[in-house]
Amino acid sequence: MAMNEIEILKATPHLAREHWWGWEIPVYLFLGGLAAGIMILTSVRVLRDPEGERSETFRLLSWLAPLVLSIGMFALWLDLERRWDVPRFYLAFRPKAPMSWGAWILLAVYPLVALFALGELRGRWRDRLAPRLRAVADWADAPAIKRRLAWGNAAVGTLLGIYTGVLLSAMSARPLWSSAVLGPLFLTSGGSTAAALMLLFRVDERERRGLSKLDLGLICMEVALLGLFFLNLMTGSDTSQRAGGLLLGGPYTASFFGLVVFGGLAVPLFGEAREMRGHNGSRWFLPLLILIGGLALRWILVAAGQASSWNAL
Amino acid sequence: MEPRYVMVLDTRRCVACSACVIVCKTENDVPEGGFRDWVVSETRGRFPALSTENRSLRCNHCAFAPCIDNCPTGASHRGPGGTVQIDRVKCTGCKNCISACPYDARFVHPRGFIDKCTFCMHRKGAYTACQTVCPTECIHFGDANDPGSEVSRLLATRDHKVVAPEAGTRPRVHYLV
Repeated sequence: MAMNEIEILKATPHLAREHWWGWEIPVYLFLGGLAAGIMILTSVRVLRDPEGERSETFRLLSWLAPLVLSIGMFALWLDLERRWDVPRFYLAFRPKAPMSWGAWILLAVYPLVALFALGELRGRWRDRLAPRLRAVADWADAPAIKRRLAWGNAAVGTLLGIYTGVLLSAMSARPLWSSAVLGPLFLTSGGSTAAALMLLFRVDERERRGLSKLDLGLICMEVALLGLFFLNLMTGSDTSQRAGGLLLGGPYTASFFGLVVFGGLAVPLFGEAREMRGHNGSRWFLPLLILIGGLALRWILVAAGQASSWNAL
Repeated sequence: MEPRYVMVLDTRRCVACSACVIVCKTENDVPEGGFRDWVVSETRGRFPALSTENRSLRCNHCAFAPCIDNCPTGASHRGPGGTVQIDRVKCTGCKNCISACPYDARFVHPRGFIDKCTFCMHRKGAYTACQTVCPTECIHFGDANDPGSEVSRLLATRDHKVVAPEAGTRPRVHYLV
């Protein structure tokens, strides 16, 4: 048997396959996807049934999007080595850099989601607003404007959700991430985790059934996309097969299949299918599993991706 | 014609003494724990028929540089002679370029910017520091667009390779075999 032994004579830390991205990036990707999902789900509800009655809770859930996105942005900011240089992202637009796209997309997200969420405030919530804000909320609640805001919110939410995956898939140097499936996968997972988070609140029964049904469909899509992701890896070059091996038999296998595939997809899929057939389950158990699975998906992919390389020595 | 700086390293001459690593750290004030170049010794074959190849590695100053493409602020940019340089003022330390580099040639400097080999551009395209101290004279640096340069002559007359050509970045550090 041929021997091929690489001996690194200088113990350089950056060659020891250290992780340069820690917890902040997966948390940011998770919360970014969650915000995107909330934006899409709340907007689609308005577009599908503009005259329909929405519960007060469902209306207020629009405000979760900017909240979770801001926490995610804070995590991203913590990851920067030079945190106070963050304005530099807005002194350039780099069309080939997904992070540059992300920075500029976020500028569109905040005003849109804020206007949409303001228009969703009714009754005592709108009465509490300052007069100028109340006037803005009245304007945003006008049917024609609301429809446009919902379209914009859904479109920008979709862009944001896809971007969280493209940020990784643009890195051809990391074979595990170098897959066009990551964008749609993170978008679908974002929608699924958003539906799960919304199920934790006291929405009315009709909304609850709708969210459960939607979540079931999104989980099925996520399973299909994960299958394509692995198919792409395991039918690719030796490099991509080695990268796939990190999740299929390698050090990340147990955590990925335990937390993401079994805990985050299989159990919720089975549980929600049972609920559809009339079996009552716990209100919070399945949504919590989906949320943990969504975070674990990004956490493990970010960690494993950094461990995958071209072995360019 | 604009110069196209390349580095040519002779693997038949390299003895993996690491002088290039030490002088680079001294010349460029590279902080503890960081390295702009490093040495790899690869042994191939089946005992007792073994062969060893020593390589001094660094940023490849790729023609298609994914670090430049993925930099959101323009800190990673094309410098003189087609080299890849980092503007320390523009760098936010987002580490996107570290993810984008197939050669793991970049590291985080304690002062927060990303650092790597510059082909010693502060020397204005003359000898690089690693080249000046190499005891076996295995490191050659120069303009590949000048047909009379030593690097052009070596690339024209000797078999050579680049590291991980399959990464598709067209590296400008060549290894004579």
